[in-house]
Amino acid sequence: MSADTRPLISVRDLKVHFPVYGGILRHQVGAVKAVDGVSFDLAPGKVLGLVGESGSGKTTVGRAIANLLRATSPDVHLEGTISLDTPSGVVDVNGLSRKAMMPHRSAVQMIFQDPYSSLNPRMTVQGLIQRPLDLHTDLTDAEKLDRVRALLGRVGLQPEYANRYPHEFSGGQRQRIGIARALATQPSLIIADEPVSALDVSVQAQVINLMLELKEEFSLAYLFVAHDLSVVYHISDRIAVMYLGNIVELGDADQVYRNARHPYSRALLSAVPVADPRHDTSGRIQLEGDIPTPMAKPSGCGFRTRCPIAREECSLDIPILTDCGEGHLVACPFHDEAFGVGATPAREGNQRDS
Amino acid sequence: MTDVTNKAAAETVLEVRDLHTCFDIEGESAWAVSGVSFDVHADEFLGIVGESGSGKSVTALSIMRLIPDPPGKIARGEIHFGGRDLLSLDYREMHKVRGREIAMIFQEPMTSLNPVFTIGMQVAETLRHHEEISAAEARARAVEVLTQVGIPDAAKRLDDYPHQFSGGMRQRVMIAMALICRPRILIADEPTTALDVTIQAQILDLMKELLASRRGSSVILITHDLAVVAETCQRVIVMYGGKTQEIADIEDLFDDPRHPYTRGLLDSIPTEQNKGKPLHAIPGNVPGILSFPAGCKYCTRCPEVIERCKIDGPPLVEVAPGHHVRCHLVEDQGAEGSP
Repeated sequence: MSADTRPLISVRDLKVHFPVYGGILRHQVGAVKAVDGVSFDLAPGKVLGLVGESGSGKTTVGRAIANLLRATSPDVHLEGTISLDTPSGVVDVNGLSRKAMMPHRSAVQMIFQDPYSSLNPRMTVQGLIQRPLDLHTDLTDAEKLDRVRALLGRVGLQPEYANRYPHEFSGGQRQRIGIARALATQPSLIIADEPVSALDVSVQAQVINLMLELKEEFSLAYLFVAHDLSVVYHISDRIAVMYLGNIVELGDADQVYRNARHPYSRALLSAVPVADPRHDTSGRIQLEGDIPTPMAKPSGCGFRTRCPIAREECSLDIPILTDCGEGHLVACPFHDEAFGVGATPAREGNQRDS
Repeated sequence: MTDVTNKAAAETVLEVRDLHTCFDIEGESAWAVSGVSFDVHADEFLGIVGESGSGKSVTALSIMRLIPDPPGKIARGEIHFGGRDLLSLDYREMHKVRGREIAMIFQEPMTSLNPVFTIGMQVAETLRHHEEISAAEARARAVEVLTQVGIPDAAKRLDDYPHQFSGGMRQRVMIAMALICRPRILIADEPTTALDVTIQAQILDLMKELLASRRGSSVILITHDLAVVAETCQRVIVMYGGKTQEIADIEDLFDDPRHPYTRGLLDSIPTEQNKGKPLHAIPGNVPGILSFPAGCKYCTRCPEVIERCKIDGPPLVEVAPGHHVRCHLVEDQGAEGSP
């Protein structure tokens, strides 16, 4: 990201804690610290990939930016700032009320993972895509109709489909409808939460291609939340790796994918299967066990319970993101140390050129 | 009969011949599997790859005779295993095969375990069902097999319930249940799809280790992920539209994919070289089960389609030793035709 562009969105020390109730009096017995101090910038027209395992908090970050958390968890505890650059100045959208968020909704739209449950089955495609236009624009009915048809055409669906219902479409087509709906209000940021992981392999590539085209055409920025690292690398300018509610590594896509420094990122990358039967997996860093629950995070570094190079100091302080060269941020003071077996996370695979 | 043997002659433990399975959908017959033939060799990790609707899971369920009837029905074919045709066995005989000689694990480790019984009971159940064995012995065997699949403190965890285990641990329990009777064939239907990549790597490694440590046993891995296949399998069957489209050794399939569908699948995987560039996507969508075309099932999406493809379906042809392809374009180069 060049220094002279003002970030479209700037997240600082974002914390999202969900209270947990228990006991006969249903009092609060703890909190799920889903996001625990996350900071990053996203420049206009760029793509930030957010990767991590389930339970890492990556989806929650996306939902916090779209201000969707209070809808499902009214008593969620939010801290930090989410500064959104709007035409009328920079606004902190973190925790805004439904009414206060309304004028900014058209700038931040979402594409969801499941194209089956994210489209209301009782609404026609016309109704689904028109809904954001009803809420955020003063267009006449005729103009809305035209806009919906143009959007359908743009995402590769026939405009005649406007009067059909979601069940008449395949998964890939439904995801295109979801994309058209997100585009309707001409947003500057789209939060895409696992947009291709529910799709068939042959259809995934179509949707990725479409998202890349639309990004150029409409100068969109994406927060691309996914667990499939090869897809994230393909589409992202920058990549952030999350573990237990914290970003442990953040840098340009090449820095993170080809030269990961944090032990967790290295293990994650080495675990990704490579579509090459001769790929050597002997350098694989095998992590023991599972990700701990965000209700009882280990003290200090969250990753220390599974880390191959953990030592006593790791339990003391939460490591902070530190520049290890050219803006490549790593939250591990010992990232220079070799792992012994599998010191370099080999990424020579995926060499099939086509 | 199709000669689907490996380069090195290997002992065949399971032979599927001309399998046809259909489902009755509102009065119409939907052919989920139409004419699938393949062999499973001893000590083999065999992959079946395909997208949704390709018939890969129905093939597996047909081998297990777990197709719900109605609406499903195995209409035709033979499945030879241990000198018998599994499709001719009656319910009670099949019961003895299932779990003891051929076992299966499923995609959802969350829903495949019964939440109201302990892990110990569920793991030992298969064993007590198939063998005359005391409860204490069954428990001991359960501890042994749970330890083998990497459950720490297995003896203590025997009395825990499924919800006390994480997703990866539940899948290990499923594998333990499947392995406790030492089956000759383990069918794993998308065993890692619901898991995170680091856990996926653990489970795939575990399955490879278990296969290596049990002589004469085989694994059939069903997946949509070619990268998972590349990591684990020695031989691969690519399915589309209820038919086998390509069968090859793993290296041959990746080095020299002959079917346009296989090539399309491989090309649609993002690589480091084409970062940010448009991917080679396969046009269109997988048709619904009732709308697959006559002729070649792939002809509506194939970039190399010729007139003939729309009229008659190509036969499976051996183009190199052990490498079979169902495509009119390679037919002439093939040595011999087969049904």
